Amino acid sequence: MNVQLTFIDWLIMAIYLVFVLGVGFVLKRHMKTSTDFFLSGRSIPAWVGGLAFLSANLGAQEVIGMAASGAKYGIATSHFYWVGAVPAMVFLAVFMMPFYYGSRARSVPEYLKLRFDEKTRGFNAIAFACMTVLSSGISMYAMGLLLNLLLGWDFTASVWVSAAVVLIYIFFGGLTSAIYNEVLQFFLIVFGFAPLVFLGLKDIGGWEGLQVGLAQVATAQGFAPGSWSSSWAHMGNPADNPMGVEWFGLSMGLGFVLAFGYWCTDFLVVQRAMAAKSMSAARRIPIIAAVPKMLFPFLVILPGMIAIALTYAHGTTGFSLPQKPDGGFNYDLAMPMMVFHYFPTGLLGLGLTALLASFMSGMAGNVTAFNTVWTYDIYQSYIRRDATDAHYLWVGRVTTVVGVGLSVLTAYAATRFNNIMDMLQLVFAFVNAPLLGTFLLGMFWPRATGHGAFVGLLAGTLAAAAHHGLTLAKGSVPGLKGGWIQVTHAYTSEMAQNFWTAIWAFGCCVALTLFVSLLTKPRAKAELRGLVYSLTGRQAARDTRWYMRPATVGVIVLVFSLILNVIFW
Amino acid sequence: MGLDIRFVLGLMFLVIGCLLAGFGWLGDQSIYKRSLDFNVNLWWGLVIMVFGASLLWLSRRHTSAMRPSEQSKEGRAIEAREHSAGLESDDMH
Repeated sequence: MNVQLTFIDWLIMAIYLVFVLGVGFVLKRHMKTSTDFFLSGRSIPAWVGGLAFLSANLGAQEVIGMAASGAKYGIATSHFYWVGAVPAMVFLAVFMMPFYYGSRARSVPEYLKLRFDEKTRGFNAIAFACMTVLSSGISMYAMGLLLNLLLGWDFTASVWVSAAVVLIYIFFGGLTSAIYNEVLQFFLIVFGFAPLVFLGLKDIGGWEGLQVGLAQVATAQGFAPGSWSSSWAHMGNPADNPMGVEWFGLSMGLGFVLAFGYWCTDFLVVQRAMAAKSMSAARRIPIIAAVPKMLFPFLVILPGMIAIALTYAHGTTGFSLPQKPDGGFNYDLAMPMMVFHYFPTGLLGLGLTALLASFMSGMAGNVTAFNTVWTYDIYQSYIRRDATDAHYLWVGRVTTVVGVGLSVLTAYAATRFNNIMDMLQLVFAFVNAPLLGTFLLGMFWPRATGHGAFVGLLAGTLAAAAHHGLTLAKGSVPGLKGGWIQVTHAYTSEMAQNFWTAIWAFGCCVALTLFVSLLTKPRAKAELRGLVYSLTGRQAARDTRWYMRPATVGVIVLVFSLILNVIFW
Repeated sequence: MGLDIRFVLGLMFLVIGCLLAGFGWLGDQSIYKRSLDFNVNLWWGLVIMVFGASLLWLSRRHTSAMRPSEQSKEGRAIEAREHSAGLESDDMH
């Protein structure tokens, strides 16, 4: 690939780095207590928290992966937004945030401790801590590979420099620094990728040109002409759409279990809302985040769709997706290749900075979630219970260094043992899949007990593992992809298999939690006040301004999301 | 938290916007063949510049950076009055 970066590209990247590090240094003197460091002293305004909430999830997997899916599956990728994110975010804001924020829990595992018991918290905290370090390492690895491929940068240099930048700004400025930088990164990503959509659409001949191109893509791959440009019309049968899923698995597996499980229980995002300056801000944060989230398909999926359409229909400038050695398209390069193809030097610097920003925001989100869970839920709970606040602040800083260090190690481990990484990720997927059941029962069923929750979580994890071991996607080899016990059912695609794994895990978790809870002794209702929906008074002071009420705005956001689904049906 | 994020955002995007727009205006015009003969640096730079400038203006207009009430004399007096009257709302800790 011959891409020449010139002085101005480097300058833009340098300016970004100066600001990112500068924020960390300026905030340094505000980090006086552990609450400042881990929870921004609960001082974050709603709009800042909302953008950070979104940005923490905008890692590279999101930007590059969603463009890749756009090329691979077409507009149906929007299900990850309009079905798999927006409703869950509204639910978090309206129903769950009052308990997270109101209980004064400092982390999601800590809520589990308050609501259930120590063992449920411990299980969740340890699994979560491992998972964050691992994902941050994998994100680093992906970045190192990509920058090496695109620009010929040294893998080691990319990994160490980005790790050092993230380390410095979190070490000094804690969560506030991460949140502020996530807001910077959010706007950079928008400004860096928006021109791509404009130029790509112009090249292919506007919206109509794109439809024609996508129809060619679909027919060439043996699907109905509309299957790349309609999101629901071909979901009746898994064999009719490129995703290989059907509407029920999609709405239940992705729309309900996976989406609600991620957006409502993953501390990585929930932490941004917990840092809010007030309950009303905490509840508005996920909703504010839902608005750009709803529009993001146009920013990150559309370039992928344009890329694949151009590959088949040929635009005026001859863009085409690169191929892998085995002849298939290298979908992951859709976004970066478009940037290199259309952006002249100058804008290219901005696009690359946006790419770097997305890597860093993903990494930083994991690191801040890791240092909080480690310090509060593991160190303070099991290692040293009654130390001074200054001690925990110090532990938080040390943990930041250790967390970044472990991520770097993980990145290097990934270069050697790709399979081990895949396997670990799979194990964590099993741990995460049933979590939603535990939270829903915990928040809405006062009778749920600690023993019930723990057994339910374990059973859900085992059910996920068993389902994965018993099924396989068509065309995969038994092993890491599933079927390692015995293949009893074959799914049309890996995605369908994942959705159904989640559904089974959730179902088993709910069933076992119900069963064991009914056999064990419930806690006194007075102890559960503020932790369970039916035992907590509604918020007395309702804001008179409609746009400040989470439920009202939530419904509006849902309606818009529904309209988008209908438009692109 | 002592630092107004709008100021940081405004300054950064103003600088980047000026740079892009300036480069697009004065720099080599032959590089825009790849962007379909459209001077994206100039136009997009201007958009970013306006965005940065408006955020800077917003942050200058009135500083809404969080200032905990215990940091000023006035704030402490208000807190004390509210406390004695039992008016503290649960919402604003």
